[in-house]
Amino acid sequence: MRLLLVLVKPLPLTVIKKILNKTIEGVLMLSSTITTLTVLLIVLFLFKEGVSVFKESPLDGDNVIVLNNQNDVNHLSAADIKKIFDQETTNWKLVGGANDSILLFTFNDLSNYFSEEELGPEFEYLPHKMDSLIEANPGMIAVFSKKYLDKNHKSKVATIDNISPKTFLLGKEWFPTANPAVQLGVLPLILGTLYVSIVAILIALPIGLATAIYIAEVAHPKIRAIYKPVIELLAGIPSVVYGFFGLIVIVPLIQKIFDLPVGESGLAGAIVLAIMALPTIITVTEDALRNTPRAMKEASLALGATQWQTIYKVVIPYSASGISAAAILGIGRAIGETMAVLMVTGNAAVMPHSLLEPLRTIPATIAAELGEAPANGIHYKALFGLGCILFIITMVINIWVETISKRRVNR
Amino acid sequence: MQSDLKKILSQSIAFWTFRILSLAVMGILFSILGFIIVKGIGVVSWDFITKMPEDGMTKGGIYPAIIGTLCLIAGSMLFAFPIGVMSGIYIFEYTKDSWYRRFVQLMTANLAGVPSIVFGLFGMALFVNKLGFGDSILAGSLTLGLLALPVVIRTTEEALKAIDNSYREASYALGATKLQTIKRVTLPMALPNIITGLILSIGRVSGETAPILFTVAAYFLPKLPTSVFDQVMALPYHLYVISTSGTNIAESRGMAYGTAVILILIVLILNIIANIIRRFLTKKYKTN
Amino acid sequence: MYKIESKNVNLHYGSFHALKGINMAIEKNTVTALIGPSGCGKSTFLRLFNRMNDLIDGVKIEGECLIDGKDIYSKSIKIDDLRKRVGMVFQKPNPFPKSVFENVAYGLRVNGITHKNFIEERVEVCLKQAALWDEVKDKLKKSAMALSGGQQQRLCIARALAIEPSVLLMDEPASALDPISTAKIEELIYDLKNLYTIIIVTHNMQQAGRVSDSTAFFYLGELVEFDSTKKIFTNPTDVRTQNYITGRFG
Ligand SMILES: Nc1ncnc2c1ncn2[C@@H]1O[C@H](COP(=O)(O)OP(=O)(O)OP(=O)(O)O)[C@@H](O)[C@H]1O
Ligand SMILES: [Mg+2]
Repeated sequence: MRLLLVLVKPLPLTVIKKILNKTIEGVLMLSSTITTLTVLLIVLFLFKEGVSVFKESPLDGDNVIVLNNQNDVNHLSAADIKKIFDQETTNWKLVGGANDSILLFTFNDLSNYFSEEELGPEFEYLPHKMDSLIEANPGMIAVFSKKYLDKNHKSKVATIDNISPKTFLLGKEWFPTANPAVQLGVLPLILGTLYVSIVAILIALPIGLATAIYIAEVAHPKIRAIYKPVIELLAGIPSVVYGFFGLIVIVPLIQKIFDLPVGESGLAGAIVLAIMALPTIITVTEDALRNTPRAMKEASLALGATQWQTIYKVVIPYSASGISAAAILGIGRAIGETMAVLMVTGNAAVMPHSLLEPLRTIPATIAAELGEAPANGIHYKALFGLGCILFIITMVINIWVETISKRRVNR
Repeated sequence: MQSDLKKILSQSIAFWTFRILSLAVMGILFSILGFIIVKGIGVVSWDFITKMPEDGMTKGGIYPAIIGTLCLIAGSMLFAFPIGVMSGIYIFEYTKDSWYRRFVQLMTANLAGVPSIVFGLFGMALFVNKLGFGDSILAGSLTLGLLALPVVIRTTEEALKAIDNSYREASYALGATKLQTIKRVTLPMALPNIITGLILSIGRVSGETAPILFTVAAYFLPKLPTSVFDQVMALPYHLYVISTSGTNIAESRGMAYGTAVILILIVLILNIIANIIRRFLTKKYKTN
Repeated sequence: MYKIESKNVNLHYGSFHALKGINMAIEKNTVTALIGPSGCGKSTFLRLFNRMNDLIDGVKIEGECLIDGKDIYSKSIKIDDLRKRVGMVFQKPNPFPKSVFENVAYGLRVNGITHKNFIEERVEVCLKQAALWDEVKDKLKKSAMALSGGQQQRLCIARALAIEPSVLLMDEPASALDPISTAKIEELIYDLKNLYTIIIVTHNMQQAGRVSDSTAFFYLGELVEFDSTKKIFTNPTDVRTQNYITGRFG
C-alpha cells in the first residue's frame, strides 16, 4: 500500500503543481500591493493637480491689468485687485501709489467711452483706442483680454503674483469665481472644518465615553447584546441620511431656538457630526476598556474599592491611550465627512465668527464646487489643493493613531 | 462609615449618569430612524420602487436610482472582494512579521482613513479623466471598490486570525502544502466571517455619496444603463439632490423621505443578515 | 539502526535557548514518553521530528535529527514527504469542520489520491485502528464537530494514521479528556505500538508508566535522563528526575 502512495503522484504533475502554486502565490502577492499602490496614486494625482495651482496667475483667463504709464504702482496682488474692483480701495495711495483716485475700466464700460463705429466692425481699432484712453487718464486701471493690448502700447501692464502657498493657506477670502482676479484663500475653510469638527467632538466625547463605560463595565450582558448591534447600525447609516435628518429637524430647530435668519450653521454641522462620530468613539473606547486585564480589576476590587473607583482609578488610566485614539479617530472622521456637513452648514465661505452663522468646510467645498469648475482650470486645481490639505490632515491623524495603539501593544 | 456612604453615593451618581447618557444615544438613534420611517413609510409602495421619477422628481418612483445603486454595489464588490480577500490572505498567511507586512498594514490603515471626498477627487482624476472612462458605472464602481478595499482586507485578516493555529499545523502535519491548507481548511473556516464583513461593506458602499458625485452619479436620468460606460442615478445622490437642490424642494419632500427610508432599510437588512450569519457561526463552533 | 535519533540538537527561539544539546535514540515500534515541568522543551523537541518548528519565526536549529538513518533537515528531504511519514496528534482535539469521513480522507486527498474505493477502504481501516469505527460508522457524513471530545481525539488519531506514517508524535493527547476517554486513548496507543514508533508528551506520570517503554525527563531545555520507563520510575540516576517524579517540584 505504501507503494500506491508513491505511484499516484507522477513527477510531471508535481512540477505543474509547483508552477501553479507559484503563480497563485504571485497573484496573491500582487493583490496585496494594491492598497499601497492606491495610496501612492492618490498622492500622485492629488498633488500633481493640487500643487500646479501655484503656477497659476489669479487673473481670469488671458486677461491683463493695464495702468497709466505715469502710475507709481507697477505691481498688484490678487487681494488688491479684488478690493479695487469691488471699489473698496478707491485711492492709489492705499496700494502704494500717489494720492490719486482710482478710475475703473472693465469691458462693460466700453460703450460709455466709444461708439461702435469708432471701434470698427471687428474691434480692430480697439487696441489703439484703449491705449490712448488709459494714457489720457492717469488714475485709470483697466482689465481686458490680452489680444486687445496694442502692439506698441504706451500704457503699462501691471505684474501680478502667481498664487503662492502663503496666500493660499493664509488668505482670508475664498472666492474662486471672482472677476477679474480669483481669491484663493483657504483659511476660512480650514478654520470652518476645525471649528465644526472640534465642537462635534466636544459634544460627542463625553456622551461616547459614558456610553462606552456603561456598555463595557456596568451594563448587564443582555443589555450589552442590545446596544452593540444598535451602535453598529448607527455606524452604518449613510451620511446623506444624517444630513437629511439634520436639514429637516435640526436646522429648523436651531433657527427657532436662537431666532436666526437661517438655521443652517456651524452648530447644526457640529451636532450632526457629533451624532455621526458617536459610533467610532464608542466602539474604539469600549475595545480599549475591555482590554484591561481582569486580574488588575479584581485586585482593585479585592482591596475594597467600589466598582466605580476601580473604573476611574484602574480601568480608565489603563486604557487612556485607547481612549485618546478614539477621540483622534473621531476628529478624523468628522474632518473628512462631506455630505452631511454640506447639507446643514449653509456653506458660506467666510471667516467663521460664531457657531450660529453659516460656515463652510473643506470637503463640502470640494463637493459643492468641483462639478462647476472647468477641468484643469485654476479653480479645479485649487480644489485639488484642498484635497491635498485634507489628505495630509487625515494621514497625520492616521499615523498618530497608529503610533498610539502601537504604544499600547508594546506595554 | 461616612466615607462608605460617599463611595456608594458617588458610584450610583456616576452609574446613573452613564445609564442616562447611553439611553440618550439610543434615543437619538431611534428618533432619527423613527422620524424618517414614520414620515416616509407611507410613500414607499410597489410603484415607488418600480417607477421612473416624474414631474421634476416630485412624483413617480425611484426605480433608476435603485438599479443604479445595485449596479454600483455589484461593480465595486466584483473588484474589492476578490482583491481584498486575496490581499488579506497574503498579508496574514504568507508574510511573517516583516517590514513588508507592517508597511502594507499601515498603508491599508491609511487608505481606510482617507475621506470619501478624496476618493471622489482621485476617482475623477484617474478613472474619469486619465483613463477616459468618463462619468460611468465603471469609474464609480472602481472608486467605491477602492474605498471598500481596506474594509475587506481587514475583515479577512481578522477572520484568519481567529482560526486557531493548531488547525493549520494539523493540516501541515498531514503533508498538505500551504496553499492546500488555505484552500481546504483556513479559507472555508474563515468564510462566514469574511462574508459578514462583505455584507457590512456593501452597506457602506450603498450609502456613499461623495465618491460618486463626480464619477458616475446622474442628477436625473430616467432610463436604465445599458453598458458599464453609462451614467446612472444612485439612491444617496438622489436623496441629496431632491432635498437640497431640486427644482421643487418642498414638493419633492415626500420623495426624499421615501428614498431615505429605502436607504435605511438597505442598511438595516444587511445588518440583520450579518448578525444572523455571525450568530449561526458562533453556534456552529460552540458544539466543540 | 535506530528508528529515530537526535544528535546534539540545539534549538533557539530568537535568543532563547530552548533545547540544549539533546542526544536521544529511539528503537522501532516502541513508545517513548517525554516528561518534565511546563516549559522545559518537550513540545519543542517533539515538533523537531515533523519540522513543525520551521513554521515559527526566528527559530534556529543545530545538530542532526535522523529518521531511519536519514537527516530530515538535509536539503534533499522534501518537507511534505517527511510529514507524510510522521503523523502528529495535538493536545486539544482539532478535527477540521468537515464531515467525519472527510477528516480522515484529508491527508489522502492533499497527497493527490483521488481513487474513491481506495479512500473509502482506508478511512474504514483507520477508524477501526483508532477504535472509533463502531461509534461513527453511521454518521460518517455528519460534522466531526458534533462528536464528543474523546471521539474527536480518536478521530484526529485516525486522521494521522490515514497517510500511513511510520512515526506518530503525540503532544499531551489526553490532557483535555475525561478519564474514560483517556483510558481509551491509552489502550489505543498500546495497540498501535506494533505498527508505529510513538513519542508521547505527557504530564501524567501514571500515564507515562502505563503506556511507554522508555521515558525521557527534560528539565530547562536539557535531557536529564533517558532510560527504560521501569528504571526511570523505580530507580532514577539523577536527583532532579527523582524529585520530579516524586512530586517535589514541577
Ligand atoms: N514560538 C515560540 N517562541 C518563543 N519561545 C517559545 C515558543 N514556543 C515555546 N517557546 C519557549 O520554549 C520553551 C519550551 O517550550 P515548550 O512548548 O517546548 O514547553 P513544554 O515542555 O511543551 O511545556 P508544556 O508542558 O507547558 O507544554 C518555553 O520556555 C517556551 O516559553
Ligand atoms: Mg507542550
